[in-house]
Amino acid sequence: MSGHQSWFDLNLGISALKYIEEIKNGNLTAEEFISKTIERIQKVDSKLHAYLSINEQAVEQAKSIDKKIKAKENVGACMGMPISIKDNICVKGTKTTCASKMLEDFIAPYDATVVSKLKAEDTIIIGKTNLDEFAMGFTTEFSAYGPSKNPWNTEYVPGGSSGGSAAAVSALECIASLGSDTGGSVRNPASFCSVVGLKPTYGLISRYGLISYSNSIEQIGPITRTVEDTAFLLNIIAGMDPHDNTTIDNQNENYLNDIDSGVEGKKIGIIKEMTHEGVDKQVSAATNKAISNFEGLGATFEEISLDMVAYSVAAYYIITATEAGSNLARYDNLRYGYDFDSEGYEFNSYLSKARKNFGPEVTRRMILGGFVPSAGHAGKYFLKAMKVKSKLTAQVNEALKKVDMLIAPTVPILPFRFGEKIDDPVALFLVDINTVTANLTEKPAISIPFEISGGLPIGIQLLGKSMQDKMLLQAAYALQNTVKLPEVPI
Amino acid sequence: MTKIGLEIHCQLTNLQSKLFCSCKANYREFSPNTNICPICVGLPGSLPMLNQKAVEKATMISMALNCKTPEKIAFFRKNYFYPDLPKNFQITQFDAYGPTSIGHDGKITIEGKEIRIRRIQIEEDPGRLIYEGTSEKTQIPLVDYNRAGTPLVEIVTEPDFDNPKQVRVFLNILVDLLENLGVSDPTLEGALRADGNVSVEGGNKIEIKNVASFHDLEKAIHFEITRQQSLVERNIPIISETRQWDDRRKITISARKKEEEQDYRYFLEGDIPWVKLNSDHFKKLREKMPESIASKRERYVEKYGITNQVADVLSSDKYYADLFEQSHDEKNAKEIANIITTDLMGFVDTREKRETSKLTHQHLTELVNSIMDNKITRNSAKTALQEMVSTGKSLIEIISEQDLDYVSDESTISSIINEVLNEEANAVQEVKEKPETVNFLVGKVMKKSKGKADPSMTLNILKKKLGIT
Repeated sequence: MSGHQSWFDLNLGISALKYIEEIKNGNLTAEEFISKTIERIQKVDSKLHAYLSINEQAVEQAKSIDKKIKAKENVGACMGMPISIKDNICVKGTKTTCASKMLEDFIAPYDATVVSKLKAEDTIIIGKTNLDEFAMGFTTEFSAYGPSKNPWNTEYVPGGSSGGSAAAVSALECIASLGSDTGGSVRNPASFCSVVGLKPTYGLISRYGLISYSNSIEQIGPITRTVEDTAFLLNIIAGMDPHDNTTIDNQNENYLNDIDSGVEGKKIGIIKEMTHEGVDKQVSAATNKAISNFEGLGATFEEISLDMVAYSVAAYYIITATEAGSNLARYDNLRYGYDFDSEGYEFNSYLSKARKNFGPEVTRRMILGGFVPSAGHAGKYFLKAMKVKSKLTAQVNEALKKVDMLIAPTVPILPFRFGEKIDDPVALFLVDINTVTANLTEKPAISIPFEISGGLPIGIQLLGKSMQDKMLLQAAYALQNTVKLPEVPI
Repeated sequence: MTKIGLEIHCQLTNLQSKLFCSCKANYREFSPNTNICPICVGLPGSLPMLNQKAVEKATMISMALNCKTPEKIAFFRKNYFYPDLPKNFQITQFDAYGPTSIGHDGKITIEGKEIRIRRIQIEEDPGRLIYEGTSEKTQIPLVDYNRAGTPLVEIVTEPDFDNPKQVRVFLNILVDLLENLGVSDPTLEGALRADGNVSVEGGNKIEIKNVASFHDLEKAIHFEITRQQSLVERNIPIISETRQWDDRRKITISARKKEEEQDYRYFLEGDIPWVKLNSDHFKKLREKMPESIASKRERYVEKYGITNQVADVLSSDKYYADLFEQSHDEKNAKEIANIITTDLMGFVDTREKRETSKLTHQHLTELVNSIMDNKITRNSAKTALQEMVSTGKSLIEIISEQDLDYVSDESTISSIINEVLNEEANAVQEVKEKPETVNFLVGKVMKKSKGKADPSMTLNILKKKLGIT
């Protein structure tokens, strides 16, 4: 691209890498882009409700970054690009509500590690995005502040729990977003909103500042419009963190280098249990097309059966409920939370009254979490779930000895309308079945936007070996370049 | 048969920081809720960072109590609601998948009786509840989180004690051992706490909680034994329960049923990966481990000919033992040991006195060498020692200021003796009849010389002058 872009044809749909190029070339200023982004949010977010709060200082911050650029001072790699953050990740001095009434007035006194890393690279945190309360759900319908809408069709759910993040990226309300993925919460909405979503290897990204739901399996993950942008963000936010004992040293891997290495000679396993039963025919057709596109690039395929997948969703709900029951116990409204007069209560009555501010899904999972690991029931539920987790891990590890990565649709069904599945346990099973395996086995998995079918997005998922997130990104990049998707209608 | 078991909580007070964050482990000097951070008050999104030094200290305790240590340790969550517990779960250790606590199956022998150690675990201390207000009705509970997250080691014994006296002896030995290891300062309030469990013949196990001090624990156990025995005598069944020690009334009272039926839903703490304890870890610690009290005692007796009693006192108190180790050499060891256990003990018998004492080991060496070289008398030495403790002045300074130098000049002593003989005519008469009373006159001479006269020279001259042998 050459020549100066005018204010009017400024394209909010550019990638992070393009944004940096334009800023460097002097074709664009951070202030222009941020102002335009805020205009866009003001225009579309009343329909989408992707955001829970907006950074009021964003334009000022952009101006000061422009000043640094103009003065040729050191500027961070993000050069003022607007990135949104899921509202269960702490940003210092801003409300971090987890979309819960329980944390209605909680202002985080510190930055999550990912946020301080982004800020150090001159990112502008444009706002905090909507989610299912405490990240429990897959539609954002459980947000205490109302659901987000799918930019491709506002009568449809955006997926979840990072639905606000995916909708915001998809609808050009920011360049990228950070979500969190406990059982598919990055990949599911990425698939439903036709954007890229990565759940990295467990331990690759620090969880410090991510408000725990099920801490032993969840990870923060980037949501972007291109695979390269995910690689770019991963370069910034991945790596060891002294604040998180579970982080792994990634040797400063550069995920963007050689992203175009292709899939020639790569062996890919098709997960049998995720590609047949219950899969919508459009999703099935898209998956087959993705496989044939990959074959065209020199990859080979074989079908692989992972029979423990049948038990994965049950195990997932037991483990997450157990950990949530413990992680959310701290919300007793004694130290922070929301406005509540304690006069006339003793400790136990205060506690049960204060904790009534949790929404229905959180309450359900807390009750479950009090039961499944309790003495007398742990053997039947929690310990059995842990057994499924370790057997599933062994099966996936075994499979990944034979092949380089695994493939399946991210979600076996198409996006659906609001209220359609919220009380349907079978639908619940189908929504989670393809994504929870990566969390239970600590493996990296990515959702790549692949098709728009009848106006509704379909994403393809790749699942790779531990700490081989780079190989996964290379394959995702190759697949992305086999398709040209329409622009978001909103 | 009466069976008593103990659960001892020992704060690792000698550590710089808390178990999972960089707040101070010594929370005592802070005003309420100022020694806190997002981690120790469990703010949303915070994660624990394990203090490796705490694992080291706990390993040392485990080794000193002859425990077996696993190859890797794990942390668990103990879930319960209480206002002093910021996360509403405590990070602790638990042997759900075989032994994964820092120690198990240890033992320690007291007065010929073997007390088995069931388990040693690392855990975090909760905050503290402070009640403000005069009567029970007007009391307002306040929470201070300064203590929350302080590193604790819990030591659980088997029910191997027969009586409260054994408990006291055990606890005394344990306190000395922990202090000698340099892991904890037992003189700090709340640094060491113990709960007990008691069962008598024909009864069930009763746990006693809420005991503030070791001294009270002995009383509480005593009370429980008597209470349970009188129930048994009246054929009233003893139901297994937890009882609280009521410090005001000096009795135990039944805790609410709810508390004893609590289900803690233990499960693995995913935020702290398993910690591998390889042979290097143990080797390094073994090198770092201070010599045990028993080994010190034996060395003092065998190498220096120090008496058993003195060696006992010296070795079991880390403060004295450290002073001794730094100040002695082969020649003066016995005399230094004696000075510490006779004269010095009176000057530094409390924590406060030790903290304000200006005495150094160089002082002690100098002092004892001067006694041995007949430059100062034992009496003057005591005066000088007190001065050293309170001012930190050197021996030379003290001698010149207080006129304490030794008198061994025959004519000076002789003239003092003449004065005494003139003044004490009656005593002189008595000594001539009963020579063994001569020490009275020696004492008078010493007094007149302000303790500076050479006692043996004084005696010799006195004997000569009085013509006795």
